[in-house]
Amino acid sequence: MAKVFARPESLVDMQSHYCPGCTHGIIHRLIAEVMDELKFADRAIGVAPVGCAVLGYMYFACDMHQAAHGRAPAVATGIKRVVPDGVVFTYQGDGDLASIGCAEIVHAAARGENITTIFVNNGIYGMTGGQMAPTTLPGDKTSTSPYGRDTHKQGFPIRVAEMLATLDGPAYIARVSVHSVPNIVRARRAIKKAFEYQIAGKGFTLVEVLSTCPTNWGLTPLEALDKVAKDMLPYYPLGEYKDIESGAGAKK
Amino acid sequence: MTFEVVMAGFGGQGVMLMGQILAYAGMVHGKQVSWMPSYGPEMRGGTANCTVIVADEAVGSPVVAHPYAVVALNRPSLDKFESAVRPGGVLIYNESLISTPPTRSDIKVVAVAANQIADELGNVKVANMVALGALLEVTDLVPMECIIAALKKALPAHRQDMLAVNLAAIERGKQAAVIP
Amino acid sequence: MSERVLMKGNEAIAEAAIQAGCRFFFGYPITPQNELPEYMSRRMPQVEGTFLQAESEVAAINMVYGAAGAGARVMTSSSSPGISLKQEGISYLAGAELPAVIVNIVRGGPGLGSIQPSQGAYFQAVKGGGHGDYRLLVLAPANLQEAVDLVTEAFDLADLYRNPVLILGDGLLGQMMEPVEFRKLPSRELPPKTWATTGMRHHPHKNIINSLVLDAPGLEKHILHLQEKYARMNLHEQRAKSLHCADAEVVIVAYGSTARIAKTAVMSLRQSGLKVGLFRPVTLWPFPVNTLSELVPKVKAFLTVEMNAGQMVEDVKLAVNGARPVHFYGRMGGMVPTPEEISSECVRVLGGVR
Ligand SMILES: Cc1ncc(C[n+]2csc(CCOP(=O)(O)OP(=O)(O)O)c2C)c(N)n1
Ligand code: SF4
Repeated sequence: MAKVFARPESLVDMQSHYCPGCTHGIIHRLIAEVMDELKFADRAIGVAPVGCAVLGYMYFACDMHQAAHGRAPAVATGIKRVVPDGVVFTYQGDGDLASIGCAEIVHAAARGENITTIFVNNGIYGMTGGQMAPTTLPGDKTSTSPYGRDTHKQGFPIRVAEMLATLDGPAYIARVSVHSVPNIVRARRAIKKAFEYQIAGKGFTLVEVLSTCPTNWGLTPLEALDKVAKDMLPYYPLGEYKDIESGAGAKK
Repeated sequence: MTFEVVMAGFGGQGVMLMGQILAYAGMVHGKQVSWMPSYGPEMRGGTANCTVIVADEAVGSPVVAHPYAVVALNRPSLDKFESAVRPGGVLIYNESLISTPPTRSDIKVVAVAANQIADELGNVKVANMVALGALLEVTDLVPMECIIAALKKALPAHRQDMLAVNLAAIERGKQAAVIP
Repeated sequence: MSERVLMKGNEAIAEAAIQAGCRFFFGYPITPQNELPEYMSRRMPQVEGTFLQAESEVAAINMVYGAAGAGARVMTSSSSPGISLKQEGISYLAGAELPAVIVNIVRGGPGLGSIQPSQGAYFQAVKGGGHGDYRLLVLAPANLQEAVDLVTEAFDLADLYRNPVLILGDGLLGQMMEPVEFRKLPSRELPPKTWATTGMRHHPHKNIINSLVLDAPGLEKHILHLQEKYARMNLHEQRAKSLHCADAEVVIVAYGSTARIAKTAVMSLRQSGLKVGLFRPVTLWPFPVNTLSELVPKVKAFLTVEMNAGQMVEDVKLAVNGARPVHFYGRMGGMVPTPEEISSECVRVLGGVR
């Protein structure tokens, strides 16, 4: 019998520490599938963040470097400058990338650093137990916004894809989601394109992936997928915000 | 005297709360107390435990290698802590989820069908209180009125109606505490 | 509030700060201190205070820098990696002589390390950490009641000396629960904050908060002024507690949660008739040299116990100044020593001195 579905070779065969129903696992799989398809695992160097994906260095079957909280794009820059023909990527959560690491990601993008960032936006700090993230939606309750995010006091969520797309440095910026099968397929396509652009030397690429945190949202995995569709999509529209090939998001 | 109790189970079985109630009751009883949780990523879906110390003197170390009593609500917790109980100490285990009984003979081993009893009371969430009842029966750590005071404190205002079922669970645990 | 309540260390510290009049808190999540900012996020709005989750520890300490400059009672908290990021701002606070309270619930390091209790930040806390010739007042509680009382003290001392004060705890103290009482401590006479940048409508001349002194003689003068202040702190603020030291042959020196574990060891060794004592620095800077050196002639040896590879032991050696052997026992990386381990180490040292 022909095997039609298997673990990608670029994913290590082990049990992950992610909570049941968390979509971090799907995103890992998509990256590994693309790594298999484009056959770059042997020259890939991944940078793991500080967040729930901190142990990501164990899961991808390629060289990995664990970074300080938020600094993955700077670490990736260092690696890429030493190994220019390597395929260098960062995998970062919203606290890591959009809060403490805001400077590093903006400047890596502005430099057009030839790396790929997979940005997992679940609107919360998963690892530390559910505190407010820069991407937490207005009104949402978290352990540090117990009365709901009040935009007068705690400001507004940051739309990272849109913000970075205003820069001249990036080659490709997209926002995708993994809350349904058609969306997973589109997410895989975007991740593949990002890596292809890096391999072709086109510059900085980032794919923002809307993701779930059933544990800290206090929802079942299915309810969490629903929340992505109902609450997150309206605030975080999906799409390609910049593509230097098609001209999407390019300066008029 | 110093009594150290380790309470352990799955995350979600309420071992942390059970420990806090014992500690609170100890405080109400005029004892020196401490409560110390295990913390970290291993709690995510895995087993959680806390150590409660009830003593006459100020508590030194809030963690101990060899506690006087262990309450194990699931199999992994029993595996982890059975050997730790101090000789002459007490081991309460949840018969509902642990089919093979502990093997130690130098300690007092007490079986209690915590989940089953909680189910009979119509709320499986109070299995922790059943186990606490068993512990109180075997050890005389704190008097019942202190436990009641602690429960009142621990339950949030909108949950005070849960007091009765929690107390019933403790009572049933006390009755069920059989030494096999 | 004056009844005894059972509280988690992190929450007790937060409530103590509020009771001490702190109305501004800037922080960033990090385990094992998350309950502290989480408590503040619930409590501050109730007392019309400000809780703000900053975008990073760097931002948080600079928010503290601004708020302290504007004369507020302000606090931030973090754990080891976050405190490393705050070092720059702490150096500025010290340079500009601003009062602020910083809490470090230490975890295992270096790097991302672990989230378990550790005392690996002793050097960072007492020897600078950031750049320049500065000192922090460093307070190390060993139980939650002491933590609560020291938080009140910390705000007063910060205002009194116009200096940042660091509360050095660890994951054990942050996570454990103990009964605490929020009692009114005698209040001190504190200097008015005439230097605060609240706008010239509030004071006759322009106020500047600054740590830049470009001309070398001017900066030297400023640093000498700081040293004079540190000398006053050293003279007045050394604090320590001792237990069974009067007739002890071996004295254990330990601080914070290690000290409470060592205390269990001392009590059981005493029960078996062994003459051991415990010396517990409460201020790590200034290090309680005076009371420790008084013990030297009476004692045969010291045993320093820490949850690190040997940091405070250097200050113990400086205080003992070669007059007695100073032994060291440490666990690290989040491993917590047991009373039994400390006891057997102590017995080994005792055997050597008999
Ligand atoms: C300097 C520093 N500050 C704070 C932390 C604590 N910390 C660990 S993970 C994390 C945030 C994680 O949130 P996010 O990046 O959104 O990822 P998620 O866990 O949701 O996947 C924080 C604040 C740290 N390790 N280092
Ligand atoms: S805490 Fe949230 S983001 Fe982290 S693994 Fe669990 S569900 Fe996923």
